[in-house]
Parts: sequence; structure tokens; C-alpha cells
Amino acid sequence: METTDIGLWGVPLAMLGGAIRVSTPFIFVSLGEAITERSGRINLGLEGTLVFGAMSAYAVAVMTGSPWLGLLAAALAGLCFGLFHGWICKFPKVNDIAIGIALMLFGTGLAFFFGKPFIQPSAPDLPAIPFGAWSDIPQVQAALNVNVLFLIGAALAVFLWWAFRNTRVGLIVRVVGDSADAARAMGLNPNTVRLLATGVGGALAGIGGAYLSLYYPGSWTERISSGQGLMAVALVIFARWNPLGCFAAALLFGGAGALGPALQSVGVTQGYYLFYAAPYILTLIIMIATSSPSRTLAGAPGELSITK
Amino acid sequence: MTGKFMLSRRDLLKTSAAGAAFGLASAAFPIRAARAAAATVGFIYVGPKDDYGYNQAHAEGAAALKGVEGISIVEEENVPETVDVQKTMESMINLDGASLIFPTSFGYFDPHMLAMCAKFPDVQFRHCGGMWNKDKHPMNAGSYFGYIGMGQYLNGVVAGHTTKSKKLGFVAAKPIPQVLLNINSFLLGARSVDPAITCQVIFTGEWSLAVKEAEATNALIDQGADVVTCHVDSPKVVVETAAGRGAFICGYHANQSPLAPEKYLTGAEWNWAKVYKMFVDDLIAGKPLPNFTRGGLADGFVKMSPLGPAVGEAARKQFDATLAEMMKGGFSVIKGPLKSNKGAVVATEGQAFVETAIELESMDYLVEGVVGSTA
Repeated sequence: METTDIGLWGVPLAMLGGAIRVSTPFIFVSLGEAITERSGRINLGLEGTLVFGAMSAYAVAVMTGSPWLGLLAAALAGLCFGLFHGWICKFPKVNDIAIGIALMLFGTGLAFFFGKPFIQPSAPDLPAIPFGAWSDIPQVQAALNVNVLFLIGAALAVFLWWAFRNTRVGLIVRVVGDSADAARAMGLNPNTVRLLATGVGGALAGIGGAYLSLYYPGSWTERISSGQGLMAVALVIFARWNPLGCFAAALLFGGAGALGPALQSVGVTQGYYLFYAAPYILTLIIMIATSSPSRTLAGAPGELSITK
Repeated sequence: MTGKFMLSRRDLLKTSAAGAAFGLASAAFPIRAARAAAATVGFIYVGPKDDYGYNQAHAEGAAALKGVEGISIVEEENVPETVDVQKTMESMINLDGASLIFPTSFGYFDPHMLAMCAKFPDVQFRHCGGMWNKDKHPMNAGSYFGYIGMGQYLNGVVAGHTTKSKKLGFVAAKPIPQVLLNINSFLLGARSVDPAITCQVIFTGEWSLAVKEAEATNALIDQGADVVTCHVDSPKVVVETAAGRGAFICGYHANQSPLAPEKYLTGAEWNWAKVYKMFVDDLIAGKPLPNFTRGGLADGFVKMSPLGPAVGEAARKQFDATLAEMMKGGFSVIKGPLKSNKGAVVATEGQAFVETAIELESMDYLVEGVVGSTA
């Protein structure tokens, strides 16, 4: 193996590489949750969907030998979880947060149950595009090995941002999310819109899970997720329900997560627990700095049960 | 709910069943009587038992008992280090009739296992770790553990011969004495080949954090490490990530060579089968079980993975020679003159600590040549 001594350049490079590698599950889960929350529902169950997506993607990839079929399976499984959530929540007096927590535990447990036989075998990985091929430094090549899902996620963020503003479907989702009464007056059925929005959100979370098991870290174990599904739900609020904001916040979390290991690798070894806490401290600071007691959060959908 | 009046569901069922004649007859006596001839042994794991790591090593030990006559085993995995493990132990004792239980994770001991020891004085509990103390803890409890530091020393010997960049990498969970000893042993093994070798360590802060372990492995390789080992619960992610980047790997806990057959050099593995067989033999013979059991490479508590195809001739020779010397007993990894990486003297000329030395159990330093910090 060839190596080049890159010294302190390792830190920004690791953060760039880390942002690209680690952020993808955050991107997909938070975009999915943004769609769901824009329609006026919260689905806290995406952590369970993520883990189940990771398991089903890995299992199908092992059985068929195709990571793309695995990805499809994860999306379909996520869709089912999302539709299930949306269907239960259409009944009167059902609390969407409670159902979300129940589905989170259900999804994780079900994934562990079905996932047992797939811990040992190896599945094919999703392909990556070597954007670093121009460089002859192996570290740069490794950092710029970008998975296709990251690119799809980036494109999706831009598309959603545009679609929420400029398309009829985007308008429908926003109306239902801001005022169910106005939506009914327009002849829309809020429950149907929310059902579909939660379904799509679930499918995206499933894809996020597929990235975990099929690319980075790239294996199925019962501890594959370290709470990415939950963090991503928080990211949506952090990003003020804006898809571009979700993308940026996901990158920030990915890069900040790479900071701790990278600093230790160049010899900054004191206080690494503090570096590991960096993304969370940053979130707290931004949340406090931008909140106000006299108004609700800017951009919050009016029908959301946490803002009502 | 206060602790005094807390009644588990099972206790409640037992008490209410006692009123009915049927309950008393079937629930209490016959089960114990039927199990008297054969013994049931319970194993409790904190994670999945096929994790290519800590839990798999224990599960392989448990699996080795399956052929033993008169012994049946019950296992439960993914049991958190909370009151959940007490429920698991109760159910193994009451429903499966277990008479010997191995809670294999560190955090099971206090207060969970101790509570069960008091509640079931007839059942034997042996905890993996070194926490049992004759003066403080009941006699139906006990500890067993292995010294795996020399395994990491042997890993280091092979790594020292294999590395071209003279930089090794170590992904570690937490800076506790056992982990520090492994890091130090790994480097000292490598320095027995070439004293210019250094080892970079990254602490992830948790025993199992897949994404952070992958990031740490990438960061080490970015800084030039070309042989990587680790001390985390499941080395699977580290092994796969390192192999994907083209680095060599020394394993830990269990044999990870199926994950990277070309890049896997060797590994320090637990050999719990030996320990569990020992306990079970005593159990069958009706002898009292030892309360405090420890051993290392020479005692068969620890073994090495078979050397991989990338291991060169010189490495193989020194590996075999060092292993043979260790098997004689009395080998010291930590011996003077030796300094910590902060410059403090940890062993003076002529001073040597064998693996059983009590001083090693409070290790709080990284030796010279390790790049990293314990805090």
C-alpha cells in the first residue's frame, strides 16, 4: 500500500471525507422527515425504519447478489412502515408521536429478528464514483470516493426545495401541513395527503438505512445505527423544515463527527470526548440563538402537533 | 414503587399458584427433581452472539459444551446491563432450571448478579471479569478472566515485520487498564522487530459505535498506518474498513479472517471453550467450582488465529519463537527500562512485570512510541 505523509492536512481532508461518508443517512432520513412534517405529521419511528431498511437491504443484497435490489427492498420496506404509521394516525385521537415511538421499537425489533442469519455473510457494496482520480495522493482519492447515494441525496434536496415552492404537489403538502381546514376547503383530504407524505418519508429513511449496511460502514450488525434516525428527526427542526437546510445540517453533522478521530490521528489527543460532543453543542447553541419566547419557530408547519 | 414492595411478575405468579394445590405440586418440586441428574448452564451476552467479537468468543465457548453429556445450555443475547439482566437470570433459574450462570459482560456484576446471588444461594454465578473479592462477595459468585496482552504482543510482532510505513494503528474504545495494556503490548511486540515503529491510537469513547470506528480506521490509514488492530466489542467494521483501504489487520476477540482473508495477519482470540469446560467438568464431578480463575496464553485461555497468507518468513519465525517462549511461562511484556509516552519511567532497568502482576491492573499510561493520550 502506498502512503503519502499529509500531516495536518489530514484534518480538513478527514472532515470533508467524513462529511461525504457519514452524512448520507442523515440526508435521506431528514429529507423524508421534512416531507412528512411539512404535511403536518411527525414520524418519530424513522430510527426503526432506518434499521429495518439496513437489514432488508443487506439481506436482499446477500440473497440476490445485487445491491440495487437491496436498495429497492429497503425503500419498499420503508414505504410500508411509513404507510402503516400514516394509516394508524388517520384515526381520531391517535397521537402521532406515540405511534412513532412504538414503530421505532417495532422496526428495530423486527429487524433484529429477521436479520439474525445475515450478520455473518458478506453483501456486495453499492458503487462509488472516484472523483479523486485526478490526485495521486491516496488519502485524497479515498476521501473523494463519493457514493452515488450521496449525489442522489444532494439532487433530491435541491429538487424538494424547488418542488415545495413551485409545484402543485408541493403546495398541497404545505397547505395540508399549515391548515387542515384550508385544505378541506380546497377539496383536499388531509389524511390521504399525510398518508402519502409519511409513506414517502419512510421510503427515504429506508434508503438511508441501506446506505449504512451496503456502503458505510457497510455491514449489517444489530448495532449498525448509532441513533442516526433520531438525530435526523432533530435535524429537520434544526434546518427549519427546509430541504436545503437539511442537506447542510447533515453535512455539518457528518463533518463534525469526523473531527474527533481526525484530530486524534494527527496527535491532538487531549479531550477527545469534548470533540465527540461538538455536533451536539453546536446544535444547542444554534437552537438557543435562534429561538424566541414570543413567536413560534420560523417555518414550522402550523398543523404539527409539537407547535400547536 | 419502592424496592421493598416490588414484586416481579414471576414472584407474584409463584405466590398465587402456591395457594392452588396444582400450582404447588407442579411448579416447585418436580422441575428441580427432574433437573437434578442433568445440569443446565446459562449464558448471557450483552450483544449479538455472532458479532465477530467479544460476544461471539463467549458463544463459541458455550457452543463447545453442547456435546457434553448431561449438560444442556441456555443462552440469551442482547441483554442490556440493566435490571433486564436480573430478569434474564431469574427466568433461566426458575423456568430452565439453570444451576450455573455465566453473565459475560462487565456491567452485569454489580448490582445485578450480586442481587441474584443473594436471592438464589443454591445457584452458582461466574462473571467474566476480575471483580469478585473474597472479603466482599458471596461464595456462590466468582470471576474468571484471561490475560490477552501477550496475544496483542504477538500481533505486534507480525505487524512489525509487515509494516512498510513503520506506523501502526489502534482503534480503541476506552482508556481503561486492559485496553491500555493491549495497546502497549501491540507496540512493544512491533518494537521487538524494529525500535523505530510507532503506533497511533484513536479512542472512540464507546464499546460499539460502527460509524465512528470506521471513521477512526480511515483517519489512521490517512495518516499512514498500514497495519491496524483494535479493541472494541465487534472488530467487524474496523477489519472491513481497513481491508477496503488496503491496510493489513491483526484481529481481536475472535477470528475475523473470513472478513478479509488476504489482509488478515493473525489475531488474539479468547479460548473460552477451555474455561467453560473446566467449570462444567467440576460441576459434573460434584466438586466445588473455583471462585477466581485466570489464565493466559500458556494456560490455554487465549489463543492466536492461524497466520494469514501475507505473513512473511521472518515474521513467521519470530512469531513461533516468541510463542514458544511464552508457552514456557514467565514471559514479561512490560519490562525495564521502559518509559511512558509522557516521559515518566514505568519500569526501571531489570524490573519486569509478568502478566499476572497486580501492577498491570492499574495501568494508566501509554508507553513511549504510542501516539495518543489516555484522557
